[in-house]
Amino acid sequence: MPKYLISAWHDDNYELDFSAPDAQRRVARVGAFNEELHQAGAWVFAAGLHPASSATVVRSSGGEVSMTDGPYAETKEQMGGFWVIEAPDLDAALAWAGKAAAASEGPVEVRPAEG
Amino acid sequence: MTGPLDEVFRREAGRCTATLIRVLGDIDLAEDAVAEAFAIAAEQWPKTGIPPNPGGWITTTARNRAIDWLRRESTRGEKHLAAHRLHLESMEPDHNPELDRLDDFVDVVADDQLRLMFLCAHPALAADAQVGLILRLLAGLSAGEIATAFLVPDATMAQRIVRAKRKLHDNHASYRIPGAAELPDRLHAVLAAIYLIFTEGHTATSGQTLTRTGLSAEAIRLGRTLAGLMPDEPEAIGLLALMLLSESRRAARIAADGTMVRLADQDRNRWDRTLISEGHELVRACLRRNQPGPFQIQAAIAAVHADAPTAESTDWPQIIALYDQLCALRPSPVAALNRSVAIAELHGPIAGLDALAEIDPAALENYQPYHAARADLLARAGRHHEAVAAYDRAIELATNTIERDFLIRQRAAL
Repeated sequence: MPKYLISAWHDDNYELDFSAPDAQRRVARVGAFNEELHQAGAWVFAAGLHPASSATVVRSSGGEVSMTDGPYAETKEQMGGFWVIEAPDLDAALAWAGKAAAASEGPVEVRPAEG
Repeated sequence: MTGPLDEVFRREAGRCTATLIRVLGDIDLAEDAVAEAFAIAAEQWPKTGIPPNPGGWITTTARNRAIDWLRRESTRGEKHLAAHRLHLESMEPDHNPELDRLDDFVDVVADDQLRLMFLCAHPALAADAQVGLILRLLAGLSAGEIATAFLVPDATMAQRIVRAKRKLHDNHASYRIPGAAELPDRLHAVLAAIYLIFTEGHTATSGQTLTRTGLSAEAIRLGRTLAGLMPDEPEAIGLLALMLLSESRRAARIAADGTMVRLADQDRNRWDRTLISEGHELVRACLRRNQPGPFQIQAAIAAVHADAPTAESTDWPQIIALYDQLCALRPSPVAALNRSVAIAELHGPIAGLDALAEIDPAALENYQPYHAARADLLARAGRHHEAVAAYDRAIELATNTIERDFLIRQRAAL
């Protein structure tokens, strides 16, 4: 069955404060969405991510490994979390993506996995 | 022979491609096979005559050719076959009666055409990609012909089509007719794409000539096909009616000296009465179903215009009522703009400007017809300075030479 990455995007400047009512509501909605994915057998993996400022970029060149602080893409929008799902076709994946966007209260991107 | 073969190609290429995509599970392979079958036909038919069911002949020949190709490929490895999501056994003639008796399976072929329309106008594709795919796969135009019609470089259009096909393939887009729940939205995307082809042909967005008949004719042909495939969808009929009624005014839109003529100033004797009566009949037929939609309402508006023997006798209250309905059903800044223009015709330029003021200007900032309409209303209200500024903006935005010349003359007349 084809696999798709559904990534959730938001402005980079967020600080996750789980005590805030907004965050709690989103956590609850995402939890319900994840449960639905499990029930339907569409779940492969999912995770929410720490802010992009927590990222490290690692490069390998000629056997030398180097590291730099910060996310790879210096953009205002960053990925805040993702799902990998199994769906029979694009329309099914887009239907899940619609629910993901509602649960995460932000835009999501759907991208097919190779193979 | 070229004539008759061209005619078969026009009529059958899209249908054959639609069926071959389902049978082969691969768009590129289907296109190549259909092209090959037409090449074989060009060689054989002058000697043998055109077969009784040319579409069936093309489809069967293309299918057989594709099987040959795949068999040859399969000796090099199973990977190629797997890539085509294809089960070779099911394609042996004995196991595939539908293809050998195509006449008996008209419904299957019709469903294939619909599948292809929904695939080409998939909402995951950008509008220009949808339009390119529809003209390539359903209308059988070459990428070069489409590029010429849209005044873009051949390579740009070819790449746009290749990328769109690749996206559908990589995303495992299904070849199916959407279910009832998603049908209204998906159908609207198909209708909007066909209408985009029509309007591009009707008012060319750039270039020297105001209309590009070829694109409008293709859009009407596609609209007829779709209305035939979905006779119970009033919006499909509404779209066809709208296109026919707009097309009826083509000859009157350009004066003898090549300049543009506004609706109000057109010589209504030059309107095509045959197209108008067909459009009228379709409008009545779909309105009877009482499931109004944006294309039906726009067709009804065009029908009211067509009914008026002179611009002065236009039933503006009726047109405003229809725009009210359109704005309630599918609000858009463009619909609100057209409603304001109709209000100005009935209640004067001040009322029209008041209605315009209710639209968020940011939504129409780069829309040339907004500035042209506003300029006209300001001029009629005697606010000449503001009118000149609005004309300046409209002229700046006009990409079509004939439209720009018209606006420049209007500004000079102030």
